[in-house]
Amino acid sequence: MTSTAIREIVQFDNVGLRYGTDREVLSDVSFTLFPGSFYFLTGASGAGKTSLLKLLYLAQRPSRGMIRMFGTDAITLPRDRLPGFRRRFGVVFQDFRLVAHLSAFDNVALPLRVAGVAERDLAKPVADMLEWVGLTERMHAQPAQLSGGEQQRVAIARAVIHRPEMLIADEPTGNVDPEMAIKLLRLFEALNRLGTTVVVATHDVHLLKKVPESLIMRLDKGRLSDPTGALRYPPRPRPRTSSSELED
Amino acid sequence: MAFSLTPLRRRARDAELLPEGRLSGPMPWVIAIMVALTVIAAAAGLAFSNTARNASDDLAGGITVQIVNANPAQRDAQAQAVVDALRATPGVVEATLVSQDEVDKLIEPWLGKSASGDAGIPVPALVDARLRGGATGETLGGLRQMLHRVAPAARVDAQSSWLGPVFGAIDTLRWLSLALVGLLGSALAAAVLLAVRNALGSNRNTIEIVHLLGGTDAQIARIFQRAIGYDAGVGGVVGLALGLVVVLLMGQQFAALGAGLVSSGALGWTDWLLLALIPLIGVVLAMFTARQTVVRALRKML
Repeated sequence: MTSTAIREIVQFDNVGLRYGTDREVLSDVSFTLFPGSFYFLTGASGAGKTSLLKLLYLAQRPSRGMIRMFGTDAITLPRDRLPGFRRRFGVVFQDFRLVAHLSAFDNVALPLRVAGVAERDLAKPVADMLEWVGLTERMHAQPAQLSGGEQQRVAIARAVIHRPEMLIADEPTGNVDPEMAIKLLRLFEALNRLGTTVVVATHDVHLLKKVPESLIMRLDKGRLSDPTGALRYPPRPRPRTSSSELED
Repeated sequence: MAFSLTPLRRRARDAELLPEGRLSGPMPWVIAIMVALTVIAAAAGLAFSNTARNASDDLAGGITVQIVNANPAQRDAQAQAVVDALRATPGVVEATLVSQDEVDKLIEPWLGKSASGDAGIPVPALVDARLRGGATGETLGGLRQMLHRVAPAARVDAQSSWLGPVFGAIDTLRWLSLALVGLLGSALAAAVLLAVRNALGSNRNTIEIVHLLGGTDAQIARIFQRAIGYDAGVGGVVGLALGLVVVLLMGQQFAALGAGLVSSGALGWTDWLLLALIPLIGVVLAMFTARQTVVRALRKML
């Protein structure tokens, strides 16, 4: 029991969320995320996937329940400690949330600049990441000059540039062609094999089959189903690989 | 034609998180006007202070003795007796009889030439004296008693008492200048507050993204602080230049009057230094206001 508590990266216990005085959009949500696991969060549109992800990346406090992250109570976490936690995540927002007046390069470089990485040290990783997502030619373009798919790839590059401990992606393949979707999924898998916990919200059931070892979290009208109990117990450890896989 | 000072802003990586011109707009010009008015008000306040201090120093120990006697011979004899008595009194630094020529010059603007003298209006003889320390009521009382014995027609007055209302007016103007400086400082802070709030609103999306990527309140506040700092710096230099030109022109105009009280308000090098510090104080005030505004607004966000 103790070892489980130490290994968990995120723990939700009877979490509920409501906006204002409306009905709860999430009810009695309980699950545990373990380091190095790959999770798909599925559910119909309006099931509460984005709300659950907002709780995960600390953009929202729950109305009730308990959330622990990296062994710390995330609900009572003081504001000044939130940035430190957020730097351990990478987030791909459903609406990309790119900074409109910054180029693709500067958008991808943003997490590194926020973390205080020197300008001379960020040029190469940002250029490499943009090359990986196929946007080298577009690195100076602003979001308004990029297509939806290109914006999504910039958002993904920004989310993974700092090798986060946990990657949270909200419909990350929604605007890209199938070939690019597979490529991005392989990037997520590569990160996962390096130890990053990955949570991908999607309504694309075909995507789930591409990662056979993934765990499925299914939301239905704000309630999480866990029929096999897989979300309460640690999965088998996945084989680790070197970081060179990311560069391949 | 729209003209912006923003091209003068130094580029900084984190400051680029704010789109160019969003925060600036007319802000450097607003700051320039505020600083120019503050420089003028402060210069006026300093000049009034100097006038009051110099005049007060000059007049603090000064007394005037009038010998009011229609008989010229008696008047001159008593005047000389007053001078002798004063020179023999401990605590009196100097005592001089004001010459008839000087008295004539003093009354000439009102009574014309040849108003005094044997054929003219009898004018009191004047003795100017300077005491060590101030001319207090007690000192004056003692002098009056002593001089009454040698010159029954002598009237003793402290020079400072004549200019009491003038000093009062100067003091009021000095406080008024200080109040104006305070008001202009408050107006500058209010203008910065409004500009920063506006910028916070229009950049909310960017701020949220930076927050979600792990940016701290201090990092975000620093972006605004730096942006407003550049605006305040540019505006401050322009405002100082404008203000100094006005102060110099006014100084020349007052100097041309040649009046002693006015020229005693001339600014010294410490005053000029103080005026030069106003833009710097403006920059610090603007940056402090920007930081407080941003930090307070961010505290409302998760």
